[in-house]
Amino acid sequence: MSDWLIYRTFWDLTVTGVALGAIYALVALGYTLVYGVLRLINFAHSEVFMVGTFATLITATNFIGIPLIEEGNYPYRTGITLVAVLLACIVGGMVVSGAGAVLLERVAYRPLRGSGEHVGAVVLAFASAFTVSLIFTGSTRTNIIIGLVGTAPLAVLYLRIFRRGRSAPRLAFLISAIGASTAVAEAVAIWGPRDREQYQTSRVLEKRVLFEFLGTDVRIDYVLVIVGALLMLTALVLFVNRTRLGRGVRAVAQDVETARILGVNVDFVILVTFLLGGVMAGAAAMMFTLVYDQTRFNIGFLLGVKSFTAAVLGGIGNLRGALLGGLVLGLGENYGAALFGGQWKDVIAFVLLLTVLMFRPTGILGESLAKARV
Amino acid sequence: MLLEVTDLRVAYGKIEALKGVSFGVNEGEIVTLVGANGAGKTTTMRTISGLRTVIGGSIKFNGQDITTMPSHQRVKLGICQAPEGRGIFPGMTVRENLDMGAYARVDQKSVAVNEDMERVMQLFPRLRERTSQLGGTLSGGEQQMLAIGRALMSRPRLLLLDEPSMGLAPKLIAQIFSIITEINQQGTTVLLVEQNAAQALRRADRAYVLETGNVVKMGKGIELLDDPAVRAAYLGGR
Repeated sequence: MSDWLIYRTFWDLTVTGVALGAIYALVALGYTLVYGVLRLINFAHSEVFMVGTFATLITATNFIGIPLIEEGNYPYRTGITLVAVLLACIVGGMVVSGAGAVLLERVAYRPLRGSGEHVGAVVLAFASAFTVSLIFTGSTRTNIIIGLVGTAPLAVLYLRIFRRGRSAPRLAFLISAIGASTAVAEAVAIWGPRDREQYQTSRVLEKRVLFEFLGTDVRIDYVLVIVGALLMLTALVLFVNRTRLGRGVRAVAQDVETARILGVNVDFVILVTFLLGGVMAGAAAMMFTLVYDQTRFNIGFLLGVKSFTAAVLGGIGNLRGALLGGLVLGLGENYGAALFGGQWKDVIAFVLLLTVLMFRPTGILGESLAKARV
Repeated sequence: MLLEVTDLRVAYGKIEALKGVSFGVNEGEIVTLVGANGAGKTTTMRTISGLRTVIGGSIKFNGQDITTMPSHQRVKLGICQAPEGRGIFPGMTVRENLDMGAYARVDQKSVAVNEDMERVMQLFPRLRERTSQLGGTLSGGEQQMLAIGRALMSRPRLLLLDEPSMGLAPKLIAQIFSIITEINQQGTTVLLVEQNAAQALRRADRAYVLETGNVVKMGKGIELLDDPAVRAAYLGGR
């Protein structure tokens, strides 16, 4: 390989690594935010991301009518329409992921905190009746009917249990998260039109070369991802630092009981935190489909684990740490893959994590949301 | 009566920390709860703020039953606390900590909030000098001032103070107590919990003595100060 080629490859890897890192960073924010207020790793966050990729796909294909990759050509190439389409897709992802994260909190977490939870009780009641019915019949329609019939009595029962006012042990939250995560992923696998197959996404954005940078062609999708992620992070930091509700989030992260006696509605703040994380993951999901043109029911798993790694790498609970961790991981993975071969990519990511944690157990930036002024 | 606590029972697991505590606070008073460590003073305060679930009895504020009301709604009614250990948000500036006091107010960003901020700064000039310093870097006395000032920012009808003198130098304690009296004279009702019984009883209109989860004695602050049993138990017999 000539020097020039190495040079070019290096910058190539840098651009793609930064873009990948930006996606990791956005998803990592969700882990970090929730950890900040609840001291809990939301292991179902990966599915919040996965749902976002499907929301983007459905927005583009079903609502806007953009053909899938294997079916047609790019309908919108330039101008206002393209911007509008991109905005619609990202909003679709953000809305669905945000709502998904909020629902997750109410169904999988809040009931365990023992603060009496109606939405969670109803959803869980339906899910339990539906599941029991699966044992006896395979007909989806019958299952749904039995599920609906069983909802009311079970919901009343669950509500009585949730009212006890005691919080479950920490481990219960973890199990609940893993359960919710598997349930969501499998539901998409079962009820999605293509079962467990991979989906090619739609032709939203033609990957044109926007400009040349140090001998490397920089594609438009990479630029959008990097700029978009920075905008999202800036908006989040401003929200957390400058608004009343944002101050409430920080107060809960720093001292939940004092926050309570000063009039902070802690359950609401937790909900907002999940919503923020979900919205960030939804934006990341849209960007992911822009660059990689694909999704699958289990796409959240590895990406989620990597993003969680990024969050820990940067210092969990620290918003800027999520960005830094994402970038370090994205770049490290890319350079490593080039040096040792693509199959080593995931190994490199985790070796990187272990190495950093050995020397800095609290991550690169260390401080948590609690101590940092963000 | 502004605050009326009747037969309050609170348990940690199977251990009852409050075994039927009753007391009341009239509008405009300073009332103090004194007692040894583990008597249930802090538990009482936390329960009034809604941090502990009640297993029996009731709490009424201004005639309204608030026994099961969530904490944040109690603040809206006018109950705010400077908790034991001060509860300063270490990663927030003094200014942001004070802003947190006004969190539950409906008149956000109004002139009234600015006036209250000014009033707190006048009560505690030290805080004005340190507005952009992080809460975690303040000294113990400054943190106590910040905790009281922050509670005042909610414009409470009833101010709960849990051990405001804890860990402070004697000179500072005297200063904090005279500020508490001043706050009360400006129209805020105060419920004060103290281990430093001498100071608390001297300042209080009325006092209750707590012993292992029960009220064992009540009376005017100065009367209890002269009570031989109280002197023996809490004032070192002097």
